[in-house]
Amino acid sequence: MNSLRVTPKSYLLLGISLLILILLATVPLYTPPYTIVLLTTIFMYVVLTVSWAIFSGPTGYMSLASAAFFGVGIYTAALLGKVLPLLAFVGIGALASFVLALLVGTLTLRLKGIYFAIFTFGLAELIRHFLLFWETNITGTRGRIVVLIDNEVVFYVMLGIFVVLMLTAYFIKNSRYGLALQSIGENEEAAAHRGINVTMVKVVTFAISAFFMGATGAIMATKWTYIDPYVAFNPLFNFFPVLMAIFGGIGQLYGPVIGATIFTYLEEVLTTKLPYYYMLIFGLVLVAVILFLPNGIVGLIQRLVRRLRKGGSTEQHAST
Amino acid sequence: MIKTILDVVIAGLLMGGIYALIAMGFSLQYGVARVLNIAHGEFIMLGAFITWTMYAIFGINPLISLAIVGPIIFIVGFLLHQTLFTRLRTSSASPAAYEGSSMLAAFGLLFIIQNVAILIWGAEVKGYSYLTSSFNIGGAVFATNRLIATLLAIGIGLAFYLFLAHARLGKAIRAAAQDPTTAGLIGVNINLVLALCFGFGSLMAGLGGSLISMMYSIQPAMGFQYTIIAIIVVVLGGLGSIPGSFIGGFILGLVGSIVAYWQPALSLVAYYVIFMLLLFIRPAGIMGK
Repeated sequence: MNSLRVTPKSYLLLGISLLILILLATVPLYTPPYTIVLLTTIFMYVVLTVSWAIFSGPTGYMSLASAAFFGVGIYTAALLGKVLPLLAFVGIGALASFVLALLVGTLTLRLKGIYFAIFTFGLAELIRHFLLFWETNITGTRGRIVVLIDNEVVFYVMLGIFVVLMLTAYFIKNSRYGLALQSIGENEEAAAHRGINVTMVKVVTFAISAFFMGATGAIMATKWTYIDPYVAFNPLFNFFPVLMAIFGGIGQLYGPVIGATIFTYLEEVLTTKLPYYYMLIFGLVLVAVILFLPNGIVGLIQRLVRRLRKGGSTEQHAST
Repeated sequence: MIKTILDVVIAGLLMGGIYALIAMGFSLQYGVARVLNIAHGEFIMLGAFITWTMYAIFGINPLISLAIVGPIIFIVGFLLHQTLFTRLRTSSASPAAYEGSSMLAAFGLLFIIQNVAILIWGAEVKGYSYLTSSFNIGGAVFATNRLIATLLAIGIGLAFYLFLAHARLGKAIRAAAQDPTTAGLIGVNINLVLALCFGFGSLMAGLGGSLISMMYSIQPAMGFQYTIIAIIVVVLGGLGSIPGSFIGGFILGLVGSIVAYWQPALSLVAYYVIFMLLLFIRPAGIMGK
């Protein structure tokens, strides 16, 4: 927990991060356009997953509202994309989600456990059905055209969001604020007795996580050209971040990144090679991951490393 | 005016019977087995499609199909719990962790069952007509199949309630719901009882699906809306309260019918709004303690 101190290890970490960043930033110079599109999609899922994990990881509140915040970003881009410059509507999309999360968080974060999960799931559904009603009965339209942006620009904006998010996540995790979050997850009452403003910490973190989801929605909407409530508030986006985070492992920051990257690549392969079985395989993987990888890929790697160090004598389960 | 009110009220009660049945199944799975079964609606869909297959291909009367659908879906639910959920339950660190992981596993099941159904039956809408002659209550006209389906739903629901209240196994189930550890100590085979509960919950969903297929057209993606309705009814009635689910089903049926009369496109929105309000005003539900 003292990793903000400068140690050789943190220099190494910084060096590796910078190297990866430089590699990613120069990708468009030497790869075919398809790689950029694929990488952008990977960034999208990584950002959604890491944002989800910032809040739900340490606190243990399972948010199923990702699709709502993502969708608010998408609709912001659809409404403002033609009148405002790129960064302006991405920023507004992020802020709109941030404000929505502040409101919803203030109202709902006193709900415990499964009630919170159900409620947040209802949020995206409520917005979707209301928009459908609004579009068919009031405005008489269905869906909207979104402004088209060059692939490379979208890639760099996503890269930017990714970098800011990773820095935010790192500082939250390694600060007093992160410790407060962790203690809320372990024992909320005890945390409150220690003088932590529990509601404040929870709501603000929830809103920060929504901020990045909204920004991602706003920039990614430009790749779809046409959106409607079904596309924008697709309930699958409530679950993808949860699944990818668990798949990668929630305990460490890089877990969700690994999980989302592998999963997006698999999704890309499966949807093109086996379109009819894609959702079936998705379900099977979900069940298998929950059954056999409760601590994700990171947990698996840690277990293997521990076993190697101990010469394979005893097997211990990671306790995160 | 009176005819309109009668129309809306009877339509609500007719829908409420089905809602009550599927919500009782859901309540049993969540209240006792602690699985928030997001795939509940998929068992409804399976019941509906098996009934349709029996009728369309073998010409079997849907009422007779109930006796075939029930056991099939029960066994599917029972085996799922014995394998998947029992393993998850025993390996989970805490009851809260199990609630989260079992809900996610149920999401996986949702995708699996729905897509297997699409592979078997195709994604398009199906239906059959059965007992479509009309009956008349004080000027309000409805199809006979809706009356039959509602009466059957109420009958099945009441039979199960009596079973829970009086039979020995029913008492074991209630004991497991109140305190699994103590129930285990006094000789209740807890894994078996929970699996039976999950099976019974699936059974009610399957029978509900059979009844739904008599009234409406069906498709593999139909399940989720019923899952949502079941969740709302169960929260409305009080988690784990079987009579609460039963009454809640009729209340939601009435509300849905009133909203649908005023603005059909908003009935799902109304359900969500009721649900969210309920979570704030009275999270324990009308029959909760």
